[in-house]
Amino acid sequence: MAIAEKDIALMAHLMRRAGFGAQYDEIKAKAANGYEQTVEELLNPQDHPDGMDLDLAERYFLDWNHHVRGVPEYHAWRMINSKRQLEEKMILFWHGILCISDSKLQSYPTEHNELEMFRRCGLGSFRDLLVEISRDPAMVYYLDNCLSHKGAINENYGRELLELFSMGVGMDGKFNYTEDDVKECARAFTGWTIANSIPQQPYGRYAATFLYNPDDHDDEEKTFLGETGRFNGEDVIDIIVKQPATARFVSRHLYNFFVADDVEVPAWMDTPPRDPETITMLETEYFRSGYNIRSMLRVLFNSDAFKNARFSKIKSPIETIIGTLRLIGDWTTPKPGLEFIFDEMKYMGQEILNPPSVEGWHTGREWIDGGTLAHRINFVADAVCDPNYPGIQEIINKLAAKGPTISPEDMVSGCLQMLGDYEMADATCSMLVAHAENGAELRTDAEEFPTRVGQTLQMIVATKEYLYA
Amino acid sequence: MTSNKKDPVLVVLQMSGAYDALNTIIPYNDPLYKDYRQVLKVEPEEVLAIDDKVGFHPAMAPIKALYDQGKVAVIQGIGYPNPIRSHFRSMDIWHTAEPTKMGMDGWLGRAIRDLDPHKENVLTAVNFGRGLPRALASSGVSVASVGNLESLGVLTGIEGKDQRTEALDIFARMYSPMIGSGPANDYLSQTGLDALKGADILSTAPGRYSSTVEYNGDQFAQWLKNIAQVHLGDFGTRVFYTGLNPGAFDTHANQTTGFPKLWSEVSNAVSDFYQDLKEHQAGEEVVMLLFTEFGRRVQENGSGTDHGSGSVAFAIGDRVEGGLYGEYPSLEPDKLDEGDLRWNNDFRSTYATLLEKWMGLDSKSILAESYEQFDFIK
Repeated sequence: MAIAEKDIALMAHLMRRAGFGAQYDEIKAKAANGYEQTVEELLNPQDHPDGMDLDLAERYFLDWNHHVRGVPEYHAWRMINSKRQLEEKMILFWHGILCISDSKLQSYPTEHNELEMFRRCGLGSFRDLLVEISRDPAMVYYLDNCLSHKGAINENYGRELLELFSMGVGMDGKFNYTEDDVKECARAFTGWTIANSIPQQPYGRYAATFLYNPDDHDDEEKTFLGETGRFNGEDVIDIIVKQPATARFVSRHLYNFFVADDVEVPAWMDTPPRDPETITMLETEYFRSGYNIRSMLRVLFNSDAFKNARFSKIKSPIETIIGTLRLIGDWTTPKPGLEFIFDEMKYMGQEILNPPSVEGWHTGREWIDGGTLAHRINFVADAVCDPNYPGIQEIINKLAAKGPTISPEDMVSGCLQMLGDYEMADATCSMLVAHAENGAELRTDAEEFPTRVGQTLQMIVATKEYLYA
Repeated sequence: MTSNKKDPVLVVLQMSGAYDALNTIIPYNDPLYKDYRQVLKVEPEEVLAIDDKVGFHPAMAPIKALYDQGKVAVIQGIGYPNPIRSHFRSMDIWHTAEPTKMGMDGWLGRAIRDLDPHKENVLTAVNFGRGLPRALASSGVSVASVGNLESLGVLTGIEGKDQRTEALDIFARMYSPMIGSGPANDYLSQTGLDALKGADILSTAPGRYSSTVEYNGDQFAQWLKNIAQVHLGDFGTRVFYTGLNPGAFDTHANQTTGFPKLWSEVSNAVSDFYQDLKEHQAGEEVVMLLFTEFGRRVQENGSGTDHGSGSVAFAIGDRVEGGLYGEYPSLEPDKLDEGDLRWNNDFRSTYATLLEKWMGLDSKSILAESYEQFDFIK
């Protein structure tokens, strides 16, 4: 049975959002398998093989042993090669919200453990995730909870837990919590510390571990968000997750990451969601499912709002880099030089494990400035014009299979299709066609044909339209 | 002042890795210096003495020569509150001018916004290096970032001049704000066209430039040459930024070989750049700030030095009132800060001086507070 192109286009969309994109044949196979079926596979990574020969890679990249170095590269490798794409995408999602940064920690093993915690817990209950992040050694150190003591609190973690990790400053124009709530929250987390200090050498080379010190825990009565009791950290989290503000906050983040660019987080108090109906749908599922992220995503991916949101999000630098490498089929086997990937992330403005602040990266159009735009375009353009990459060779072969000659229109539409069913404005399309035509007939058996395909791909990835996912 | 006087230009030179302040401006007559630095000490007769207390490292002779002409302000004991001995966090602090909390945008980014609030010039600020330092980043501020002046702009991988010209022509038309839709369309169009225009203008700079100064071949020298080319090209750039590769000065080991070589490269490049400006009667137009993220441990570790705090920075140029500023931090064991030189002037005092007395900007709006200023600008 032939698969309708619109189903392939929809699958390409799902794979860009719930993963880092895929080559045309894989997209087609998934489309044949069915949309809902693919969503379930993505949502249940534990039931499917990741398809990676990590054993081989680990023996090649010796840096990965103990994760003293090479942590960004290790996670990049997984993003490129894992068949459990949503699992990797969720790590990036949570890393951008529950932020820590290597610039303060300087302990890759500790940071690696946090990312692995996101792998374990990223699709589960938000309540459990908040407990895990509160006892995550990287976070305990990053937001100074190890410096918060009974009788001498450090408010840093207590504040960010409310402001940046769960509720947000305000909703619908009203504040979600008071300064007293911040202090009471910080009191509840006293005694949540780490056993060994980081980042002093050589201990920074070992992962820190969590330690609960009951002697340093403030066990007195606290009043938090209107409830009173001798709360510990978990009690506070139980109160937080019940709040409508938390449902709103999680829903808006899921929407901004998976569906379409919304305003930046600091504006959420006063700016209503871009799509209030979808947010309400997610909030409802949040409470119905007992704060379950997997359930929220199931509702989201199967919604019309998601399906109709093609090309309404600007790709992040990591999506751009990993998506390009998956498209061209590079780094499927180990070879020297994987460190470059970390530099590329940096030059394009999204250094994994080094977000600019605890607020994480600003997204949408803020990914783009003169320097990052030129860098992004050049990186992708240089990759797609090289026929030595298997993914590009495959595109050339598919276009060549259309017959001895190909019209410039078919050349452009064929390339757009192979890149994941991209759509261009009419005016852009006619310029691309004129460029592809170049006064000479396109013979698919000609020696220069791969070059001509490469030139068309290059122009497509330089467009404004291609900045979007 | 004459009416054709050019707007002041700031060139910021970032020495990543943290140079060893104690062996940069050396307290060569302090007996404690020799005690702490059995291996790494520079003998008094080799030190390029400023006075009977301190002097330059011998590898810095070209900068010392500028000092002797009164062109170099040495800002001793510079630092920031609650020193952190992490390169990254410390550099963040210098970039954002925010020692107490994680800041989002850079001090120069905020200055650029004040210099060009309506974004009239795509080249108000130009960075030479890969990736934009956070010092220059600020929401809505556009900075041209140049990895290589010879191959600048978008679609640089296209071989063949005609091919590339045609591709850039299409690029410019595809980025017309008239094409496309969505809330970010105008912004993306503008950014794309700015990047193209900036690259277009900048790429003319080498062709318009001629000089008798021959810079060395190292990357830093080449970037300073690029800065001279762009400045002398009269594109209205007010802020230039470049530096050494990350970690260059991080001399935990083998300091006696690496350290003099780096200072020699840096000093020669700075001096060549200064001479180049002089040759083009542009010496009065530019002030350089040369800094690093922190100082290094007073007690050497065997063959190198570990991370410390109090440091030294330099302002260089014809409009600089040369001399020693700040106090040289004491080497007495009980005066050290956990074994490091104790800072005595906040780095934001230097920023405020440059912003206000040199660039003519309101430092308080950029640095959030007022800081005491130095008199090192004439």
